[in-house]
Amino acid sequence: MSGRDEILGRIRAGLGRGALEGARRAALEAKLANPPRNLVPARAAALDHADQVELFIEMAGKVDTQVTRVKDLAEVPGAIADYLAQKNLPTEIRRAPHPLLDQVPWQAWPTLSIQTGRAEGADAVGVGAPLAGVAETGTLAYASGPESPATVNFLPETHIAVLRAKDVVAAYEDVFARVREKSAGGPFPRTVNFITGPSRTADIELTLILGAHGPKRLHIVLVDDGEG
Amino acid sequence: MQVTSQAFKANAHKALGDDNLKTALFKLQHHFTNNRTRAVEALPEFERLRDRARDIKNEVLGALDFYLERFEQKVAEQGGTVHWCRTPRQARETILSLCRSVEAKTCTKGKSMIAEEIALNPFLEENGVQPIETDLGEYIIQLADEPPSHIIGPAVHKTLPQVADLFLEHHKRYGKTERQTEPEALVGEAREILRQKYLDADVGITGANFLVAETGSTIIVTNEGNGDLTQMLPKMHIVVASIEKIVPTLEDLSTILRVLARSATGQEFSVYTTLSTGARQSADLDGPGAFHVVLLDNGRSEMIGTELQELLRCIRCGACMNSCPVYHAVGGHAYGWVYPGPIGAALDPKFIGLEAGQHLPNASPLCGKCESVCPMRIPLPKIFRYWRDKAFEEKITPLPQRAGIGVWAWFARRPELYRLASRLGIGVLGRLGRKAGKFRSLPLASGWTEGRDLPAPEGRTFHDLWQERRGRRGPPKSGDPFRKLFS
Repeated sequence: MSGRDEILGRIRAGLGRGALEGARRAALEAKLANPPRNLVPARAAALDHADQVELFIEMAGKVDTQVTRVKDLAEVPGAIADYLAQKNLPTEIRRAPHPLLDQVPWQAWPTLSIQTGRAEGADAVGVGAPLAGVAETGTLAYASGPESPATVNFLPETHIAVLRAKDVVAAYEDVFARVREKSAGGPFPRTVNFITGPSRTADIELTLILGAHGPKRLHIVLVDDGEG
Repeated sequence: MQVTSQAFKANAHKALGDDNLKTALFKLQHHFTNNRTRAVEALPEFERLRDRARDIKNEVLGALDFYLERFEQKVAEQGGTVHWCRTPRQARETILSLCRSVEAKTCTKGKSMIAEEIALNPFLEENGVQPIETDLGEYIIQLADEPPSHIIGPAVHKTLPQVADLFLEHHKRYGKTERQTEPEALVGEAREILRQKYLDADVGITGANFLVAETGSTIIVTNEGNGDLTQMLPKMHIVVASIEKIVPTLEDLSTILRVLARSATGQEFSVYTTLSTGARQSADLDGPGAFHVVLLDNGRSEMIGTELQELLRCIRCGACMNSCPVYHAVGGHAYGWVYPGPIGAALDPKFIGLEAGQHLPNASPLCGKCESVCPMRIPLPKIFRYWRDKAFEEKITPLPQRAGIGVWAWFARRPELYRLASRLGIGVLGRLGRKAGKFRSLPLASGWTEGRDLPAPEGRTFHDLWQERRGRRGPPKSGDPFRKLFS
């Protein structure tokens, strides 16, 4: 008997039945095909969108993440250049080959040197375009794909997310709805990353230190172009 | 790891005399419990989310076979493979052969309690694959060659100077010859050294906090980002997880995630929650080329349908040990096996046998603190009592203790005699101890008096005082619960 059959057999013996069939199985299949929502906290879900954006900024602030608001994509390079200058950080950027970031007029800011693609070990600054921001906890959500390599979000010491305000959602469930929509009929993305603040550890005497293995800094440029 | 649970009493005794440990545990107690309280207060729906989280896992356990098969099917659709392993040995061998299939020399590892359970590291080392722990806490204890002492803070027992010494000793060969003493500098040193290990590793091994049946996703929750670098850079990602980690849907996952971080570290949400689903896709620019899930049973399937089934709801948040007065006093190593604290005291006897683990369910005052903070509402004290009963029935409990319980039970069934005997005992002790007010040593009670004085009784039993007080207040109402007990 294979390990698989033995394990399944023991579970069924414990449950006092054979393989699941009939109405019970149909009910579980139906749930998986069309998953119902459980209780979603009112904290973000009960707000209108403008207040969700405010909550997102407030919650991000609580986890050491600064948010700069800009009016359109043309202001993004300036906002990034200012942030890097203010923190005295290198201006060599690795950006994800994402359509949103393709629309940013990078060439207007010659002080920034931009490379596109996946990140390598030596990259200092990564710029990505998340699928959504979650107001509930100030969380960014990325779905990996050719336009969004996960290495950009993890390898560089500084991570900058360019997020449109219309992509701020209330809850994790809203992110999953978007991922399902995006991957409908095809495979699920290899990686979905929820990122809430910069990397941290408290493994030495419970002292909080930012930047354990992932980025030491997380910055969000929120593009509030009045759409959506 | 080597089981030392049978020596719990000696382990605990040693731990109580360890000043470094005492300092570390005092910090832990306040740090985690205060953070948890704040996080819980900030979310009005928390208690209802706990109820739902419990119900979700109960639904899973009632159809675990169905969900596991669906999970396997979804992993396969995403280009991954599930390996079903009944025993730790099968899991170890499966992982080794996967490592060998890509001629791996080193593998990086994210934090995994299942990897500890199957004692993966020594096995890989013996067979020519060097495992490198990347979670900072796991890395520290790997250098120290010690097991973890806490589920989410494996090195919580180590002090700053101890870590400084370890890094100096082990990082010399990377040219780090200066002893760093600030946490930030130590974290920076580990970051630099491990960064190269991630890039060089052939295989990345992570655990999983959850497995989602709907999509075939495995989920890790971390704060450092080490698990992410571990799995995205090498050629192969191996996930090692036990069968009860299943949740049905992404909505169910969302619900349980909301109680996990708040219960564990008291964060609103951990920094990184990562869903990994299959291998990299053809157009992806990064990610592992191969994806394997090693599913471990190790006796869990036998727990279904028994008194122990409720333990399979555990999401390994560590809230029970953070709140436990016994854990606060003796720390994690005293428990002598992989899972310490209340969850370990309930779970370990199943894995290591009741004979070896008999002391663990006794190492509890049954105060119920663990159950009160468990996000999955696992009735841990009930399970301690289950093991205590079983140890008594199977005559594992030592003879003097069994005899003592027998004598007590004989009296307890004869209330008049019980009252008389206790009145006599208390009276004698009260007179003997009147002068000093306490006993420094007492026959048959040396277990107590070795560590502290026994206060002398005032001379009268609780029952007598109760009778007197009731007499003053008049007869009890008919619904008085004490009426049955004391009249």
